[in-house]
Amino acid sequence: MNDISPKLVAGRLVARAHWHPLEFLFWAAAFASIWLLPGKYLILTEIAWLGLFALSLDLILGYAGIVSLGHAAFFGFGAYCAALLAKHEIINEPVLALIVSGVAAMLLGFVTSFLVLRGSDLTRIMVTLGVALLLRELANRMGWLTGGADGLQGVEMKPILGLWRFDMFGHNGYVYCLIVLFLLFLLARRIVYSPFGLSLQAIKDNPLRASAVGINVNLRLVAIYTIAAGYAGIAGALLAQTSAFASLAVFDFERSADLLLVLIIGGTGYLYGGLIGALIFKILQDWLSHLTPQYWPFWIGLLLVVIVLVGRERIGSWTLPFRTLANRFDWRRKESFGGGQA
Amino acid sequence: MSVVLETVNLVRRFGGIVATNDVSLKVEKGARHALIGPNGAGKTTIINLLTGVLRPTSGQILLDGNDITNVKPYVRVGLGIARTFQINQLFAELTPLETIGLAVSERQGHGGDWWRLAGSRRGVMDEVVELLERFKLTDVSEARTTILPYGKQRLLEIALAIACKPRVLLLDEPAAGVPEDERHDILAAVGALPKDVTVLLIEHDMDLVFSFADRISVLVNGALFVEGSPEDVARDPRVKAVYLGEEAHV
Repeated sequence: MNDISPKLVAGRLVARAHWHPLEFLFWAAAFASIWLLPGKYLILTEIAWLGLFALSLDLILGYAGIVSLGHAAFFGFGAYCAALLAKHEIINEPVLALIVSGVAAMLLGFVTSFLVLRGSDLTRIMVTLGVALLLRELANRMGWLTGGADGLQGVEMKPILGLWRFDMFGHNGYVYCLIVLFLLFLLARRIVYSPFGLSLQAIKDNPLRASAVGINVNLRLVAIYTIAAGYAGIAGALLAQTSAFASLAVFDFERSADLLLVLIIGGTGYLYGGLIGALIFKILQDWLSHLTPQYWPFWIGLLLVVIVLVGRERIGSWTLPFRTLANRFDWRRKESFGGGQA
Repeated sequence: MSVVLETVNLVRRFGGIVATNDVSLKVEKGARHALIGPNGAGKTTIINLLTGVLRPTSGQILLDGNDITNVKPYVRVGLGIARTFQINQLFAELTPLETIGLAVSERQGHGGDWWRLAGSRRGVMDEVVELLERFKLTDVSEARTTILPYGKQRLLEIALAIACKPRVLLLDEPAAGVPEDERHDILAAVGALPKDVTVLLIEHDMDLVFSFADRISVLVNGALFVEGSPEDVARDPRVKAVYLGEEAHV
């Protein structure tokens, strides 16, 4: 082992959070797409809100170890909130409506968080799945409010901050989504490198020991679940605002399942996994659906099987060069990919 | 001497098995108290009851005379009870630096900070650096815990409990499974524990028990059997019988 002076060691904990050049490159490329890919705003917008949605799942799954198959509950809730606020002209300004939708989703996340505190992964999968189904059917029944199976039509979005209209090319909508994604990413990055974020990783690793060093495990899990629900709600609200529409599909089981797939493609527990996964998933979906308009889900299904068989850790390692550099401590993680999970 | 930790008629049943049978144990302030007994005597169950991982079927647990029987495990840590585990319970994917940093910021009340970067508090980091040094973990401070040699993991196990600055430290077989050449570091770490920390030690290794403890309680079939100074316990023919009897079965 190499000699490390104690004083140097002290700085290493903070150093985990230093920005790597590749991270700057990633975001520079993301913002450059506004000028470089003017014909692709629609798919780019989808990638942006899907990336945010997957980032939300990464916060609970990748950091706190809470597996969910019903994350669409919060996404859908946020989407309907934003659509309803606009349709009934309760809040006309999209940014404010977005924040309100996020807070509403957080409240729902807080209330339902107590259901996922206990139990195994299987229990959590079932409970989260159940909550999403429940909300979907509530939205279906409450047709007077949600438009039922027809969806919420006649939503008209006002200009962002009163200045920028949602134009027909989707330019302003994309810029709006990208800025929201970037700001919330910064916040998530701050959170995961904080003592709070560190305690989540400890809870994921060993909840018994976490409570034996004085961590209030339940409180931390409630907190991150609530935050993640807010993120998912904002992602849903972005979809509703940019498409001026909300339908029951926002609550679909497939949406939650696809989300898990997106995150697993990109890799969990390093924040960029959801964003990279969203990028790969959407491009793949776009490409395959052009290739075989009817049968493209076949290929997505095949990909899913391959991922599960090859193991998510290996798939996650596609992005390993990026991950290694994105996080200075990532040489630790590399070993876990080579040798499998201990 | 004042009693810091006490159990009153503590009972814990698992179905038909009585794992802890009417145990009334007093641990005095600053003591080096060892709890010994054959395999399956219920030693670890007592630790789990004291730390709140298990709830007793009946009886009470007192800390400084206050009833803590229904206090949650993480709250007991704040009250000054910390433990180590017989089988390592560490954070496999975290480094020793992160692990100790986590515990120290938790104890200093900054564990819930979500805005400040971990490691940015001088008060926390000074203590982390000192602990890593004291437990000879500085040179492996940035390696994932799961790839550390077993002896280092054992040291981290103790360092993590010490990072909670306990008034009462419960050591569950600290030297269990440690190879001979790494043993010295563990024994030195246990021997160098601050004098004002009360220690309750569970151990199979009689050399360690008799070199360390100033008081010994013997547990058999979940009940307290003999209690006294190391000399008294060593001379007690009943204790010898229990241990010889057990060895005959092994």
